[in-house]
Amino acid sequence: MEPCTRRSFMKGGALALFALGGPPRFLVRAAFAEGSAVRPKVLIAIFQRGAVDGLSMIVPHGDPDYYAVRGNIAVARPVPGVADATLDLNGFFGLHPALAPLRPIWDDRRLAVVHACGSPDTTRSHFDAQDYMESGTPGVKSTADGWLARGLAGMPARAVASPFRAVSLGPVLPRILRGDVGAVAMNSVADFDVKDGGAMMTGGPGARRGFESLYEQGVRDLLYGTGRETFETVKMLKTAAPQRILPTNGAVYPRGRFGDSLRQIAQLVKADVGLEIAFADVGGWDTHAAQGNERGQLALRLKEFAEGLAALDRDLGPRMSDVVILTMSEFGRTVRENGNRGTDHGHGTAMLVLGGPVKGGRVHGRWPGLRPEQLFDGRDLAVTTDFRSLFTEVAVRHLGAPVAPLFPGFSAPTGAWPGVLG
Amino acid sequence: MRRVSSGASLILVGLVGAACSSAPSRMAAPPPMPAAPPAVSATRAPAPLSLPASTLGPDQLILHVLNRIGYGPRPGDVERVRRMGLAAYIERQLDPRSIPDPAVEQALAAYPVLTLSTATLVRDYPLPTAEARQRLASGEMSRQEIREMYPAERRPTVITAQMQAARVTRAVASDRQLEEVMVDFWFNHFNVYAQKGAVRWMLPAYEREAIRPHALGRFRDLVLATARHPAMLFYLDNWLSTRADLVVPAGPNAGRRMGLNENYARELMELHTLGVDGGYTQQDVIEVARCFTGWTIDRPQQGGGFIFRTLAHDRGAKRVLGQVIPAGGGQEDGERVIEILVRHEATARFIATKLARRFVSDDPPPALVDRTAAAFRRTDGDIRAVLTTIFTSPEFWSADAYRAKIKTPLEVVASAVRALDGRIAAASGADVADGGITLAREVARLGEPLYEAQPPTGYPDRAEAWVNTGALLGRMNFALGLAHNRFRGARVDVAGFLANTDRAQPAQVLDRLLAVVLHGEASARTRAVLAAQFDSPEITRTTTYDRGPKDTDVEKLAALVLGSPEFQRR
Repeated sequence: MEPCTRRSFMKGGALALFALGGPPRFLVRAAFAEGSAVRPKVLIAIFQRGAVDGLSMIVPHGDPDYYAVRGNIAVARPVPGVADATLDLNGFFGLHPALAPLRPIWDDRRLAVVHACGSPDTTRSHFDAQDYMESGTPGVKSTADGWLARGLAGMPARAVASPFRAVSLGPVLPRILRGDVGAVAMNSVADFDVKDGGAMMTGGPGARRGFESLYEQGVRDLLYGTGRETFETVKMLKTAAPQRILPTNGAVYPRGRFGDSLRQIAQLVKADVGLEIAFADVGGWDTHAAQGNERGQLALRLKEFAEGLAALDRDLGPRMSDVVILTMSEFGRTVRENGNRGTDHGHGTAMLVLGGPVKGGRVHGRWPGLRPEQLFDGRDLAVTTDFRSLFTEVAVRHLGAPVAPLFPGFSAPTGAWPGVLG
Repeated sequence: MRRVSSGASLILVGLVGAACSSAPSRMAAPPPMPAAPPAVSATRAPAPLSLPASTLGPDQLILHVLNRIGYGPRPGDVERVRRMGLAAYIERQLDPRSIPDPAVEQALAAYPVLTLSTATLVRDYPLPTAEARQRLASGEMSRQEIREMYPAERRPTVITAQMQAARVTRAVASDRQLEEVMVDFWFNHFNVYAQKGAVRWMLPAYEREAIRPHALGRFRDLVLATARHPAMLFYLDNWLSTRADLVVPAGPNAGRRMGLNENYARELMELHTLGVDGGYTQQDVIEVARCFTGWTIDRPQQGGGFIFRTLAHDRGAKRVLGQVIPAGGGQEDGERVIEILVRHEATARFIATKLARRFVSDDPPPALVDRTAAAFRRTDGDIRAVLTTIFTSPEFWSADAYRAKIKTPLEVVASAVRALDGRIAAASGADVADGGITLAREVARLGEPLYEAQPPTGYPDRAEAWVNTGALLGRMNFALGLAHNRFRGARVDVAGFLANTDRAQPAQVLDRLLAVVLHGEASARTRAVLAAQFDSPEITRTTTYDRGPKDTDVEKLAALVLGSPEFQRR
């Protein structure tokens, strides 16, 4: 399990350096320059928990059936020069007006959409569907680890080991990163330390050393293994001090947990701590009632979502050439609006891929149509792209992950990938 | 945005309410339920509880019980249980009304929201009106004026803060420990999210009326009470669900089409009763949703209660899990569904598994789950009897189960305060000096903001969910903060434990702390590591006049013990 993996590189001496109190910052950077000629590729995965309505996010305004089934909650057809209507992308699809901050990235051909994407499993349970999307094994609940963790475990180790290869922002380590890679969960980059507490005689390095020794005892155990990882992370953060890195290029993150998470991911990327996979989630998509159209409940969620992604893109600036941002949601919502001007649990939805390496300015995937006979179970957007095809393409083409361990029991030939990365 | 959402929803239902108010069909009496067979309840039986043999030592057995059916031992608890007898202690805990709890009742007086009706809370803890917000935005009204109109101690957020503080206070100080554990368990099972729209104002009534009275009662009563409660009706949108073809007949929104909402129906089966693998289909979800149409809230804006609106009800025939519910029914359609669900084999298994996971281990032994499910069926879901089956099982008392569970954040915080015999000072209940509020904030920081789990699943009850780098660091920092009395309103007296100990002798101090906090259950290695800390100048410090006698930083040592791997388990 985790302790083994962590220990093996501790023994390998990569972090022995840090154990002595940490080298100065330049040394960390120099080590990257020396050990690996190129900076690591970074994947930032974002989970829209609660099942986002893909038909409102990426509006099929060219499909006449869309306006027929959504009398109250359809997003208005694009009108040139009108901001409060669908923003046309290609004559058939358009962005929800609240996603306007993403428009320049689309125009720059660095934003791609995969529509009618989703799971081969038909569950409409949030819990199960999220679990499947994170374990990467739809229909199989016994899978112990997450697909991002498996992908990372299969990637070649880098010359400079880092406890920061995979980081999740938030109080809980998500299923998608559970596994043998020792992914780190942190609420706040700045607060990630044993608290000194101010008073001269309390807390401080003594307490940190004490706790560190308590968790160093070599038992193969979730608690002890996690404890060791915690202190490796604390030490490296002290050296790299990412919390001092301010947003650049005029990036302004939206207020709230989601914006805070993205801002800190950018800090970790820019601090060169060896980050390869970052994860954040954002909730509030379960719009059973009063969903709204161009404005309203969902529009506000989408606005925060788009402002966050756009700020991250702006903040990372030239570094976006090494970064791909991938968004996902457990399923879509019913095509027809329900009795409360909302939508119930559905099937296919839209996912976004954004970044320098992305073949953007395109909506990928086959559009299944919205006529009753074209719907899944007669009610939901059908899935024409298995989420595993998309995730495989991103993990393999961008990160260089091996195909085999990602999605056991699933193989998509290169030709079946959606083509978001070329 | 939440405000927008709830506002919009409120308007929506306002219409239906208005439209139907001419002929409301309100059920005055609680719905008749089929008589259940008398429960086979061990606690009612004259014969004392018979506990199986165990390889654990006598004190370990006591610690196990204090940690599992409560929030951990306070100083002196082990001795108290030893005097009383383990079986007698468990029996008493299974019958909370037999335990007087005056100290807690007194402490809770600081939190007035606990006893107020939803209607009173809506009136006394209001959101600023749209008009007031607009006048503030336009500069017509100053911030100061707004603050005077809506004082801090009457903000809606105070409701959640007091509820959270009360929950922590009860976990720490109540002698009805099992009841508190079960309230936590069932609230989490029938989760509602305080921050969804109007739920906040309904929260105190929800816990007080739908959860707490049934925590050790009958499962059926829990399902029925939650199904009818405005908090659940609002949280899972059933209050909005109507027959598919309903057109609002009158009122300002005459002509608006309403319809079915599947949210509650699905979660009722997936999360409350059958479990996700319980064998229901999408069609069952739709049929169940049809049965519950018309179960709604009477004047939700004013904090009204449950009401059944005939006009909104789908009177057609339904077929739920193979059973036909004939056409022409009303409120009883939903009651029939609940009856079908609580008697279903899958429900017995699902509830048995969750309870065994809470009290025994993350992956409870299948044989125990089988017997627990059988007890559930045999007693028609008598929770006390089901718990008795677990507490008298060899699996509960096995060495494998001992300290096998990782504490949740609430359990960490409550058990640490209890271990150090901490005192929570209640202030006005909205005050930063309120110990319940500051400790609840720590529970939130560790990942479990009480009443604020957004998904209907509630919080998980498995180790992986709570053990990660950030959370572990948070637990260490909590231990440091508590031992050093950094949380306002929550006081521990570490030095008090050491009254008869020579603080110049760190080994003595450590022995005493390990005895008080871990009851001798520290591993040899942990003890060795802690003993080695004495070489640290920060632990064994000299006095201000540095030639004086050595003194031990007992607070830091106590923090290390509270933050140790051993203390994270129960």
